[in-house]
Amino acid sequence: MNKKIYVDQESRIVNPIIFDQNLCTGCNRCVEACQVDLFIPNPERKKPPIVLYPTECWYCGCCVMECPKPNAIKLNPPLMNQIYWKRKSEHKY
Amino acid sequence: MEEKLVLRELEWAYPLRWDEIKEVSTDILILGGGIAGCWAAIAAARKGLKTTLVEKGATIRSGAGGSGCDHWESAATNPCSRVTPEELTMAMIKDHNGYNNGISHYIECREGYDRLLELEKMGGKIRDTGNEFVGAEFRDEKTQFLFSYDYENRFTLRVWGTTFKPALYKECKRLGVEIYDRVMATSLIMDVNKQPSKVLGATGVNGRTGRFFVFKSKATILCMARPTRIWLFSLGLPGISEFRPLQCMGDGHAMAWKAGVKFTMMEKSLRGQWSGDRSYPPYGTGNTHNTWYACSMVDADGKEIPWIDRDGNILKSVSQRYRPSPGQKFFLKGGGESEFPLYEYQGPDTLPVEKLLENGYKLPFYADLPSMPSHERNVIWNLMVAQEGKSRIPIFQRYEEAGFVPEKDLLQSYGKGWTSASFLPRERQLFGTPGGIINDWKLKTNLEGLYAAGDQLFASDCNGHAAATGYYAGRHAADYAIQTSQSILDNQQVEFERRRINSLTNKNEGLGWKEFNLAITRIMQNYCGEIKSRELLNIGLKLLENLETKEAPNLYARNPHELIRSLEVINILTNAKLIINSCLVRKASSKHLHFIRSDYPEMDPLEWHKFITVKLENNKVKVGKLPIDYYGSLKENYEIYNEEYTKKRIIS
Repeated sequence: MNKKIYVDQESRIVNPIIFDQNLCTGCNRCVEACQVDLFIPNPERKKPPIVLYPTECWYCGCCVMECPKPNAIKLNPPLMNQIYWKRKSEHKY
Repeated sequence: MEEKLVLRELEWAYPLRWDEIKEVSTDILILGGGIAGCWAAIAAARKGLKTTLVEKGATIRSGAGGSGCDHWESAATNPCSRVTPEELTMAMIKDHNGYNNGISHYIECREGYDRLLELEKMGGKIRDTGNEFVGAEFRDEKTQFLFSYDYENRFTLRVWGTTFKPALYKECKRLGVEIYDRVMATSLIMDVNKQPSKVLGATGVNGRTGRFFVFKSKATILCMARPTRIWLFSLGLPGISEFRPLQCMGDGHAMAWKAGVKFTMMEKSLRGQWSGDRSYPPYGTGNTHNTWYACSMVDADGKEIPWIDRDGNILKSVSQRYRPSPGQKFFLKGGGESEFPLYEYQGPDTLPVEKLLENGYKLPFYADLPSMPSHERNVIWNLMVAQEGKSRIPIFQRYEEAGFVPEKDLLQSYGKGWTSASFLPRERQLFGTPGGIINDWKLKTNLEGLYAAGDQLFASDCNGHAAATGYYAGRHAADYAIQTSQSILDNQQVEFERRRINSLTNKNEGLGWKEFNLAITRIMQNYCGEIKSRELLNIGLKLLENLETKEAPNLYARNPHELIRSLEVINILTNAKLIINSCLVRKASSKHLHFIRSDYPEMDPLEWHKFITVKLENNKVKVGKLPIDYYGSLKENYEIYNEEYTKKRIIS
């Protein structure tokens, strides 16, 4: 029963986590901090984890908070959640 | 193209241990490693007991409060508070017309501040030690505490809560708590020969390896999440179906219900307020509540939106928004604590949106941080938004990176008040002190050896409540465990559970968990929506039972991760049944329970002003009633049950 199994990466409905390939050291701290467990470690050592279940992301940003390398992980919320703001001084009422 | 081919052949990353059984023997077993669970573990470990914590996610950041927390509510014993724990708890009870947990909220008011002081010792930040807010009217110069809401009565603190969960995790490890991360608790193991039945431990399964666990304990504490994904489920973005994380969906309620634990208020549900799919990120849009209390707002033409006191008088200054009305002793939050705030405790709020539109204010509205006094603006943006749960990275950091400047920019508001979305009446959530497990003064359930804390208790709410009740349950469960011995487990139950779990993976095709979850939410929206009746509820129950007997056996998981997701949706179905059963037995409508029965339209008749309890006994729903003030005198009872703690607190 404990035979090998293979997994498909979920189709990219969203892309919640973006790794900087140059900054990420593949330490997998984010893999261990994610409560949803949406990553798996990369089979290749020192490479960024694989976001296996992107649609399960809660967008809490804990992976970013726990990452020892600044800017190695970027949280990328879904486009439909973009918020509008405007500069107060540029609007005459 | 090449990359895709590689990914298709991606091997599962963890060793598979489907066939293994790991037995763990412990004194105190804690199920759920969120705020409540960590505090329960700390209390038990401090009593010198072997303590085991089982967490489905990662204890370092798991739970609704793992990513942060900006308020510590009800710290009535902090040296600056001008309200007593008794006054504050009674206000919370009265504001919900009695439908509140007097015991757990009194614990929160009595002990919440103690937990906060301990967090500081563990490395959590609770004071303005950097002197960023010197001179602010919400700051106490001596203690360096910062307060929110009612600046005169000072019982809610602003805190740097992103530091809390890692500090708790570290403390658990320091105290030798045995932590099993990535393990989902799946059932309680019972000694059915005892009356009342006694809980002897729990089963679990690892979401990475598939390894099966049997935990034997002297006492067990339920510290898992409240039910979610009952009415709301996003097929495309399941991770943001609800306010809370995907996997915080109420496993603990489901296993407790099956074991015969008594619940109350499960008939209460509110029209949806949050989901990342349907609304904007919490605390990420212009609003005036909670994290953003009491931000100034303007309409599309830049006209300032008036703030009013409870009598409808327009408030002239920002400072007045943080003060009780003339003649009022204190207020609970902005507007009020409940959905129907009592005049006695009602706080300042903006004019209602409908009224604003009638008076010619034009949409959209914007949060006007630039016009706020600098301390108020800085404390909202740089402290509250930066420290609240799931707001530090997705909101504070991202907006700033995208060019948002709090001193200069107006942030749009998308809906009424703080919800930033409009849901249909049938799209419901367990929100605003929902139902849960009924508890006694030890936070014990009706089953021997089983305790509950945090979101598993009925009428739970925030981080401070989870911390205070977690610690309290840990303390009392430990006292019980010291006097009890471990029993021999019934292997039949363990084997039954193992077969149930294996049946999800022992096939080559079948139903996916998402389709199953969506089917549950459709049934619940149709038959347990805003307006309920016996006919509707009975059909709903029947359809859920059909789903359970005909479709649940077809659920299929291809790896341990999917196994967890599949077990979760079976639990969601159990929770949906618990909710429908609770709705069926309250034969009266109730305003504060947001409960409308078309066949019993009378609102809050006196004979139904009580807690209706339900539990499973021999597969039948057993109904009970408890007086609305069943907990008796708060102070007296608390002190009877906590003599040692009370004495220690005075000495220290």
